[in-house]
Amino acid sequence: MELLSGADMLIRSLQDEGIENIYGYPGGAALHIYDALFRQDTVKHILVRHEQAAVHMADGYARATGKAGTVLVTSGPGATNTITGIATAFMDSIPMVVLCGQVASTLIGEDAFQETDMIGVSRPVVKHNLSVRHPSEIPEIIRKAYYIATTGRPGPVVVDIPKDMTAPNDRYEYVFPKKTKLRSYNPAIRGHAGQIKKAVDMLLAAKRPIVYAGGGVILGKASGQLTEMVRGLGYPITNTLMGIGCYPASDKQHIGWLGMHGTYEANMVMHNADLILAIGARFDDRVTNATEKFCPGARIIHIDIDPASISKTISADVPIVGPVDSVLKEMQSLIKESKVRPDADALAAWWKQIDEWRAFHGMRYETSDDVIKPQEVVEMLHRLTNGDAYVTTDVGQHQMFAAQYYKFDKPNRWISSGGLGTMGFGLPAAMGIKLNFPDEEVLCITGEGSIQMNIQELSTCKQYSLPVKIINLNNQALGMVKQWQDMNYGARHSHSYMDSLPDFVKLAEAYGHEGIKITRKEDLEPMLKKALAMKDKLVFVDIYVDPSEHVYPMHVARGSMKDMWLSKTEKV
Amino acid sequence: MRRIISVLLENEPGALSRVVGLFSQRNYNIETLTVAPTEDPTMSRLTVTTTGSERVIEQITKQLNKLIEVIKLVDLTEGAHIERELMLVKLKATGSQRAEIKRTVDIFRGQIVDVTSSVYTVQLAGDSAKLDGFIQAIGATGVLEVVRSGVSGIARGEKVLSL
Repeated sequence: MELLSGADMLIRSLQDEGIENIYGYPGGAALHIYDALFRQDTVKHILVRHEQAAVHMADGYARATGKAGTVLVTSGPGATNTITGIATAFMDSIPMVVLCGQVASTLIGEDAFQETDMIGVSRPVVKHNLSVRHPSEIPEIIRKAYYIATTGRPGPVVVDIPKDMTAPNDRYEYVFPKKTKLRSYNPAIRGHAGQIKKAVDMLLAAKRPIVYAGGGVILGKASGQLTEMVRGLGYPITNTLMGIGCYPASDKQHIGWLGMHGTYEANMVMHNADLILAIGARFDDRVTNATEKFCPGARIIHIDIDPASISKTISADVPIVGPVDSVLKEMQSLIKESKVRPDADALAAWWKQIDEWRAFHGMRYETSDDVIKPQEVVEMLHRLTNGDAYVTTDVGQHQMFAAQYYKFDKPNRWISSGGLGTMGFGLPAAMGIKLNFPDEEVLCITGEGSIQMNIQELSTCKQYSLPVKIINLNNQALGMVKQWQDMNYGARHSHSYMDSLPDFVKLAEAYGHEGIKITRKEDLEPMLKKALAMKDKLVFVDIYVDPSEHVYPMHVARGSMKDMWLSKTEKV
Repeated sequence: MRRIISVLLENEPGALSRVVGLFSQRNYNIETLTVAPTEDPTMSRLTVTTTGSERVIEQITKQLNKLIEVIKLVDLTEGAHIERELMLVKLKATGSQRAEIKRTVDIFRGQIVDVTSSVYTVQLAGDSAKLDGFIQAIGATGVLEVVRSGVSGIARGEKVLSL
């Protein structure tokens, strides 16, 4: 019989769970655990400079690989610093386990040094949280945490570990549970056969169909099934911001992504559709615009693993609760068996209409001979990286430009905080990806506002040699805030500019990295090439772009999906 | 619409706070809430009365079901059910009021469970409307203190909410 302390059990459980890298920051309540970490070399720990970054690193890893990320922090401020990262993961359903130290159980409730009720603080932003009440429970709790985080609709799970639970001299028998079962938690493993049949009949009878795919397709590893089915049907497909890459953007059936800053054609197709097949998407307000004006002529099939996502904002005519991959597989085999084929004439007319919408707008922006346009930077990056890079972003205009002009053909490569919209996400997320895919190109497209929210991680990049490329679309303003102020507040730029930006080149150099500043249009391509050629260096590319640029298309507030601004002067 | 939702919950620390937290996070109403362990001490039975549109009630049941510690739930108002609430009420009872109060308590099938020279303490069980009716019959001026348990409910007939 093997006796282990709680701390050793914790690390051993991570090993048995197959965890290779964890991201964290030590502190008093976590010291027994850090000591156990020191005495082994299977689980590698990455020391960040701020706990929020540890969570985003784990998140970036999870989004790129589909596996759960792992974070280890101490109690009190260590734990509360993770909250923004946890909320980010929660909103985008990212699997993650956050291990938090806690003051000793004998001190809980006494306002002890570095005590915070992390179970209470994290409750609204976790899928679940667990507290260790006896050291011997640790293997079971760790198994449960990963099981809950990765099954059903994924999400972050917090484990709160009082210091006395990991004391080195309290040893117990170590048994890692092979399986875990919770009587109160049984995520759907397949969709309802009758509903699937109904959905297929509706799908094949549709005259103006649209497939609307979301992040659930990527989380559910169903891009292959989706692509096969949509190609077979010949129907148009759009996806959400979170669904970018679930279907190849270069394919002619793909009409771009939809919603507030989606393509004109995607929003027009949605508004005029007679059937919407929603897959792993949640009819978020950034997609639907005013819900009472949403797609008046459409019947809706909604597939989601989470029943609470169905008919939450928009009522579904045919709800299907189940994992996207298995539901799509069943749908595909029913489509193949069916004698009914999609109405070819109706579909041809639909495509003719869609192509007219495409020709009317498509994605376009005005180029300039003098200033660098942010859109052209992204287009150039797409070309120079053959569209094959992992791209993380922060939040704001640069995020939308990156999503609009970097065309992703593969899932898991567009890494962005869609739900919570967390500035400061991009750099640590890129680090988490680069650490796990050292041979892949990893770009962090950011802005001078966002990058400063986790800039300290340049130090972590040095320590662990993480040569990501930071593409700073520097417009010397909080661009999206400024855009809204231009449009809705009479151009009163209340606190949306920064007067004293650092010299980012010197800053990068101070951390031991390379810095490149680009202000002239003719320098853009050679300098970007130069940056990308420095394979083993982190390069901070500070690009001065047109400060007056706005993101278009843009939904007209409180309108329907078809109501859009197409430029500063054109409204449809 | 008023609904009575009955929930079987893991009897674990923090489980109740998740339920209560859910209601405030998502802007749902709680009118009454009762909770106690069941015959199986690993489970609690929780009853919540709430109001909301069809869509809100559907979301409440779905979101409750999503909580990891929620084992099962039922919206009792969807079928025939019995609802009961317990009320203890202290009433000013002097002079001629004493007989009148006694009669009213009898009509409502309540019991006087404590007596002083100036106060009756009355125990009354029934659905919420009956308790409201009693207070109305007595008149607000005579009421010194009210404590109500919140609604408990159970389905009529063979239907059972259990594992």
